[in-house]
Amino acid sequence: MKHEILEKNVVLLAVLILAAISIGGLVEIVPLMNQKAATQPSPGLALRTPLEVAGRDVYIREGCYNCHSQMVRSLHEEVMRYGPAGQAGESVWDHPFQWGSKRTGPDLSRIGGRYSDDWHRIHLNNPRDVVPESNMPAYHWLTEQAVDGEEVAAMMRALRLAGVPFSEQDIVGAPEAVAGKNQMNALIAYLQSLRAPKAAAPATPAATTQRTAAAAAAGPATGEQP
Amino acid sequence: MNMLEQLSGFWHWFIVLLTLVSIAGCLWLLFANAKAPGGSDTGHVWDEDLREYNNPLPRWWLVLFVLTVVFALGYLAFYPGLGNFGGRLQWSSDGQMQQQLAQVEQARNQRYVALASRPIPANAVDPEARALGRGLFMANCAGCHGADARGALGFPNLADKDWLYGGDPEAILASIRDGRAGQMPNFNAMLKAEVVDDLVRTVRGWSDPALPAEVRARGMKQYAYTCAACHGPEGRGNPAIGIPNLADATWLHGGSYESVRQSILFGRRSNMPAHRDLLSDAEIHLLAAYVYGLAEVP
Repeated sequence: MKHEILEKNVVLLAVLILAAISIGGLVEIVPLMNQKAATQPSPGLALRTPLEVAGRDVYIREGCYNCHSQMVRSLHEEVMRYGPAGQAGESVWDHPFQWGSKRTGPDLSRIGGRYSDDWHRIHLNNPRDVVPESNMPAYHWLTEQAVDGEEVAAMMRALRLAGVPFSEQDIVGAPEAVAGKNQMNALIAYLQSLRAPKAAAPATPAATTQRTAAAAAAGPATGEQP
Repeated sequence: MNMLEQLSGFWHWFIVLLTLVSIAGCLWLLFANAKAPGGSDTGHVWDEDLREYNNPLPRWWLVLFVLTVVFALGYLAFYPGLGNFGGRLQWSSDGQMQQQLAQVEQARNQRYVALASRPIPANAVDPEARALGRGLFMANCAGCHGADARGALGFPNLADKDWLYGGDPEAILASIRDGRAGQMPNFNAMLKAEVVDDLVRTVRGWSDPALPAEVRARGMKQYAYTCAACHGPEGRGNPAIGIPNLADATWLHGGSYESVRQSILFGRRSNMPAHRDLLSDAEIHLLAAYVYGLAEVP
């Protein structure tokens, strides 16, 4: 092909450039949209309760993702610190997902069950009360703001449109489920729900089974809301 | 590769063909342009005599480009990249992680299990066991109990000799392994407003000789009725079920007038999470020894 034709025909040049630069995306991204590991929920993935949906909204609104990731990378150091490595299937009901990209604070995707609800309340009110060296901001106003039940129901409807399989019953019952709860309760409920799906522990060599399965099975909910 | 990560036949060949055709296309483009006759110019002239020549690529550049293609083909042969083809080495990031995890676990288990088979008081004075226990404490316990183990308001001090649930090795092991749930009910509805002040002052001033006798008398009357069942007639609590001693100077939820009043009227709830699923038995054993050593070993 003569270069001159390409160089003097802007439209043709643009079309060919687009074709050339789209190959990377076609090979690396498009097939993932058809890969079950990335499109199907992980086995054992739990639907969020209305209170947890409300808490997730607080999490996003307050920008928690700016300092906390929710993805344990598949590196042995991370698995030993946080728990089982994150799987794409854990996030298929998260719109948008909360993987984050910065860790000023620790990863939170396996935080559920590690601290009591009271600890979270004290910590969110003023992190320095329990972790003197912390530089996390305080979120004391969350206790003063009620959770709006109708808004939660509307959020769940929107999430259902995006593919989260909430039942009509879940949505209709949402205002009642969050009645009398404040945003602090909601955020704590959400944080306590962040754990590896129970059936997600992959088959591992005997020596590591205990630890990887461990955080997967992480203990029962810790106490009730204040 | 697990089943969920498996691509269907179409997408597998989609990736394979597109990748290989792109590499072949790059090579074709390279050699098609490498043959341009030297010396000719493109006809572009700037500033009267600045001409753009149409020379072939320098040979060193050509060789470098060919090397990158060789590298790409070699990479695709040995590592996963072409759809479902896992590469000759059968390498995967997950497999590498599992292998490293197994290595670390094995090395740790050798060290931990030998130490964990010894009694807790022996480990509490052993420098190696204490160092390992300290590391575990910092990673798992310091968030609530503090890096110095002195606790915080609502979170018990582990470095003193005052134990809420008992300080013998078995009790400490149980606290870590199974967690603890403490609950003080609220007495707001049960107490007459006029006795609250007496009760708070009596509880706060248990061992204080300066507390007026009539206040103590009225307070104790109410105490015997509402509080003694759990905290005991002497106010010494009951470590078997985690009832705090009221007669000493340790106040888990604060010893100020307001704090004690709050505790009585609105109750308290504390929760130590169970760690049996988060830590191995050997780790829990080492942690218990470290905690035991903080208080019980001078």
